Formats: sequence, C-alpha cells, structure tokens
Amino acid sequence: MSHIERVIILAGGLSAEREVSLHSGQRVRDALAQEGIDAEIADADSGLLAHLQAYPPSVVFPAIHGACGEDGAIREVLSLLGVPYVGSVASACQMAFDKPTAKALVAAAGLTTPPSVTLPRETFHDLGAGAVIDLIVAKLGLPLYVKPSRGGSALGASPVHAAADLPAALLSCFAYGETALIERFIAGTEVAVGVIDLGSGPQALPAVEIVPGDGGYDYSARYTAGKTEFYVPARLSREVASDVARIAITAHTTLGLRDLSRTDLIVDDTGTAYFLEVNVSPGMTETSTLPLALEASGHTFSSTCVSLLEFAASRGA
Amino acid sequence: MILDDFGRESVTGEQQSASQPQRIDRYVGQYAERAVDMVASEIRALFAVAARPEIVSLAGGSPYVAALPLDVVGEMIGQLIANHGATALQYCTAQGDSGLRERICDVMALEQIRAHPDEVVVTVGSQQALDLLTRIFIDPGDVVLVEAPSYVGALGAFAAFQANVVHVAMDDDGLIPEALEEAIERAAAAGKRAKFLYTVPNFQNPAGVTLAAGRRHRILDICRRVGLLVVEDNPYGLLGFESEPMRALRADDAEGVVYLGTFSKTFAAGVRVGWAVAPPAIRDKLILAAESAVLCHSSFSQLTVREYLNTQPWQEQIKDFRELYRERRDATLGALSAMMPPGCHWTRPAGGFYVWLGLPEGINAKAMLPRAISSRVAYVPGTGFYANGSGGDYARLCYSFPDPDRITEGIRRLASVIENEIQLRDDFAPSAPTGPSRPTATR
Repeated sequence: MSHIERVIILAGGLSAEREVSLHSGQRVRDALAQEGIDAEIADADSGLLAHLQAYPPSVVFPAIHGACGEDGAIREVLSLLGVPYVGSVASACQMAFDKPTAKALVAAAGLTTPPSVTLPRETFHDLGAGAVIDLIVAKLGLPLYVKPSRGGSALGASPVHAAADLPAALLSCFAYGETALIERFIAGTEVAVGVIDLGSGPQALPAVEIVPGDGGYDYSARYTAGKTEFYVPARLSREVASDVARIAITAHTTLGLRDLSRTDLIVDDTGTAYFLEVNVSPGMTETSTLPLALEASGHTFSSTCVSLLEFAASRGA
Repeated sequence: MILDDFGRESVTGEQQSASQPQRIDRYVGQYAERAVDMVASEIRALFAVAARPEIVSLAGGSPYVAALPLDVVGEMIGQLIANHGATALQYCTAQGDSGLRERICDVMALEQIRAHPDEVVVTVGSQQALDLLTRIFIDPGDVVLVEAPSYVGALGAFAAFQANVVHVAMDDDGLIPEALEEAIERAAAAGKRAKFLYTVPNFQNPAGVTLAAGRRHRILDICRRVGLLVVEDNPYGLLGFESEPMRALRADDAEGVVYLGTFSKTFAAGVRVGWAVAPPAIRDKLILAAESAVLCHSSFSQLTVREYLNTQPWQEQIKDFRELYRERRDATLGALSAMMPPGCHWTRPAGGFYVWLGLPEGINAKAMLPRAISSRVAYVPGTGFYANGSGGDYARLCYSFPDPDRITEGIRRLASVIENEIQLRDDFAPSAPTGPSRPTATR
C-alpha cells in the first residue's frame, strides 16, 4: 500500500488524441486501484485550476497526449502551482514534442535520423506548391513519409510512394497542423523503446517490434485490438537490440527528459537504427507499447505507475 | 519503492529471436466477417473532442430535452413507481405494453394513420426496429434501396447484416421517382431483387428535405407494382415548422409499408422507446425477432411514456419543441446566408434537425474535420451517410442542441475553416475550378 494520499490523473484535453488519452488515463487509474490507490481523473478544462487549488493533490500523473499534454503547457502550469508531477518538465517537453527540433538535437548528439525537410504551410502558398514539391522530391527522393511536426497517433501522417501523391499527403498533414515534417521513408522493422528512470538513471525497456497489417501502423492499427502484432522483445540481434536501447536512452538524456519516455525507431535491412520521434506522455492503452514492454521486463504496469508517482512525490514540485 | 535495476535485462537479453508474437486480442481470426470493419477510427476520435463544451457541436443529432418540464416528469415517474411499480419493474411481452400501443395509435393519427394497437410492436428506439427488420429480411448481399444520402444509423444496421446498399437520388422534393424506377431495374438486370426501400420522408436525416406530397403516391405506386416493401422511418414528422404534419405513406398503404416511429424527438431520447407498425405476417416475425434479441423491452421506459401521454399535455410540448427548433433553424439559415463563402450551398429544412451543407468544389468535409475541431466547431462529414464512400463534398449540420447564439458562433467558425480550406485547395491545386456547382446553391 502506497503512502501517497491524493493522486490526480490528467486525461482528455482538446487535441485529436483526446479519446486515446481518456483510455490511457482510465487504464492508469485502474492500475493504481489494483495497488490500493484511489486516483481521480481530471480533464484539462476551465475548472482544473480551481480544482487543483481547492484540493491540492500529492502528485499528478499527466496522461494527456498531443497538444497541451505533451507540449509542456500543462506541466508549466503544474510547476506554477507547485504541484509535483510524473514526467518531464515543460522546457524538455517543448523540444521533444516538436519533431524537427527533437531530430536536430538528437542528430547533434550523434544519432541517425531520416533525412527530412520541415516546411510550414505558408511556404507552399507563398512560393508555389508545385515548385516546392519538386524540390523536396529532388532532394529526398522517394518514397517519403509526411507527418505534422507536432502531434501523435499517426494522425495526419501518411507514406508517399509517388510524387503525384505528395500534395494529398500534405493536405492530410495540414489538417492536423500548420507545419509538415517530410522525411525520407526508411523501410524496415518498426520498434518502440520505452525508457524509465526512477532515480538511478534511465533504463531502456525491451524493444517492442510493431508489425501492423495491411495499411501500416495508422490510427486504426494502433487502437484496434488485434490489428497489429507485437513482438516483445523485438526480433533483433543482440547488437541491434543494444543499439536501439542506447538510442532511446540517448534521446531521453539529450532532450533532458525525466521519469519516462518512449522512442520510436526504424531499423533498416543493414541493422542501422533511425530515430523517428520521442514521446513524453506515451500511450497507456491496452494496445500501447510501453505497458507491453513493462510486462515483458518483469515489472507490472500497476507497480510501475505507483513507483513513478512515489518518485515524483519524493522529488517534489 | 524505487526500482534501481529497471529494465536492465532488456539490454542484455539473450533470446531476442525467440520472441513470440503478441496480439492484444487473442480472438483475431475468429470474428464474423461482418465484424471486420468494426475498428477504431480517426473520425470517432475527433467526435470525442466534440463533446467538450468549448466546441460548438453541430454534429450529433441530440434533441434538446432540457426544454421538457423536468420537475413535472420527475414527479410523474415517482408516481408511476409508487402506483405501478410492480408492473413497471417487471418483464412484459415482446410486443410491448398494450396501453402504450393504444396511445401510439393516437400519436400516429396526427399523420392520418389508422392503425390498430395489435399492429404495433414496441422497440428500443426506432433503431431496434431497423435492426429487427434487417434481421428478418436481409441475407448477405441482398439489395436495400436507400436515399442518397441516408441515415447513418440505418446504414449501420444494414451493414451489420451485410446488405448491398444502393443509393437512390434525391432532390429538394425528396426521393426522385424516376431514379427509384431505374434503381429497381438495375438491380433486376443484375439478377437481384431489392428487398425493401428505406426512406425518411419528412425533414430527412441528413438532408433536411421532405418528400413532396405529389411524389408520395408515385413512390407507393412504383413499389406496389414490383412488390417492393417500403420502410417509412419518421422520427421528425411532427416537428414541422411551417405546416400541419404531412400524410404518412403508411396512411395510404397498410400492406406495403412498415412504419417506424419514435418518442426520441417528441419526448425523450433517453427512454429509448420507438415502434414499428407492420402487416400481420411481418409483425409476428418482428415480435419473435425481438424476443430473441432482448426478450422484452424495458417495462419502466414503456410505462413512463404511457404515463407521459396519459397525464401530460404532450401535444403542447411538441408545439414548444417546434418553436424552439424553428428558432434554431432560422439562426442556422441566417448565419449560413451571412457568412458562408461562395461555392457553398445548403438545404432549407421546413422541420426536423438538419441542414445539408454542400462545400465548394474540391473541399472534402472528412479531410477538413480535424481543422474544424481545432477551430472548435464540429459537424458530421457527408461520407457517413453513404455506404459507398461518396458524400465527401457535404457536411451535415444539426441545429437542435446549441442555442441560436452558439449556432451563429459555430457557423462563423465553420465559415472561417472553409475559407482556410479553399486557400489550401488552391495552394495545392491552383487550376481547380471554384464556385457553386449544385442545384441547391444559394450563393
């Protein structure tokens, strides 16, 4: 039984990942209940500040994905309130949430990441989309992968195998954000590596290999139980498994992340692992990879949630 | 407790290649074929955001039940339990409470239907009637004719039984008789006979249009000639703003029409009480199908509705609802006229809940939805109302729930989103034509 008295799980938010976040939050709540902690779920809405001030929690577990939850905003507010919380501080979240920024920082730390260009929507408007698209294809080649520079759950993200399909992919991308990250598509094995740090340094969890069905690892494949196969640990050589663990830890430390993160990578046919992005509020749903990795490493999801809360509470605001 | 050896084994593990696949769902491969499309979707995820109060939701078709005298209804329910609790909390017959069925006949008389209570089967909303009808008529691949566009809930019921849904064109006067004849002939030429025509003749969901009086006999004649059953779904018939209720199709063909009604819009959606009126043979099968589906319906809900009809001025309440929705319809049409960019066009419903908004050429309502949600307004993309993936150039706007000021604000936001989308379209396809292209264009 934990000594933590009052826990608030933040879940919901106003981003397109609201539903995922609500599932994550509920799963964390259920896990804590198994450990004897009666946590409350709260949304990030106009009533939150007054609620936190009227009934200050011992610690907050942010489970909001996407904007507000992962861009650092809500954590900045928690810091202003002096409320301890699980996870990274706002400034680190800001760097991690912006994919081009995170890519640049980890690349400077020696990690390999797919060649890419980052362009706001205005550039296509001001300079002419056709000409800019021609330049992109000439520079990066094909195939490509287009995604919003900020956001998750593959919303607005799509592969592009022919130049003629790039405008449609950009339109889908701009439905979810104002800036597009256009990467060279790396074919290979998709893996996710969770990192947990409970005070003795960041430790990588077993890599989870993601094998989606037809259609790739899109929103439906991510959140429909059974549409995707997972291998835990991933079917990688020892050397590559060590390498992806090293990359996840390097990304975690380079970006100054705290407590937990999840790094997404692609391993190509030669065994080269490419950093794609890092998540400061990883999904905790039944189909999310971090809980799978925890179970595979011999730690229960519920006890880990408690450990994260206790560590955050002991650290203080 | 602090775990100081967290995950160390993951880095030094020996048996990476011996890993076995994990599926979160161990029953993959065992589901029925009809469950294949039951998957998580981006659209559903976006609608989860629309539930937040910051969003002006013109999406869900929720009636404004707050307009009911809730204190009076509460007192009535208390009396119901006090006086008839042993019945209200007990099983009942699958056909439904006889007293309620008598009152349902009174309600239908307002649309000139003369029916006997024995012809009525009470259902869990009219949605269950759709499910039961599809269950007893449709084998996989059977043809069902529906309007273009059609009610999303009906399409879901038809898809669940793997029907072959064929859309039939409408215009501002509803279903086009010639298009219906063509669809019947096309099905016959393909060696298939359509099992029934599903229609929402009044203030249609989603298009808001009403089947013109002059077309009603024509539609019935066509269906009678080829032996095609008509399923008349009429949730909104008593919610007309500008005239008396239209004469129901069922009023002119008791043998050829199955009529579906509901109290969701005229009383309370939460009681989940609807009904079907069917010829005796179909009625008997509906009762047996209902027994296998739910054994019987909620006695409590049925008696609540019966008491409401017996003791409350329900026709006055419907007038109040009409006035409330008319005001909201007017706010919607006024805001659309004032704010929508060129190329948009929309229907002008004379009742019900919905406006069908056509978008400028090259604008896709489904693709635009994330941006609309970011701008804090929600609608339903037209693709939801077609079984064949079309309809992306339309959006359904529902004005029943937000008050007029919120509607105006929502449409202001939506207009801005569409203008933004037009610019995006032009940026990536500068040669795309612009301007109105539909017969219902109003700007």
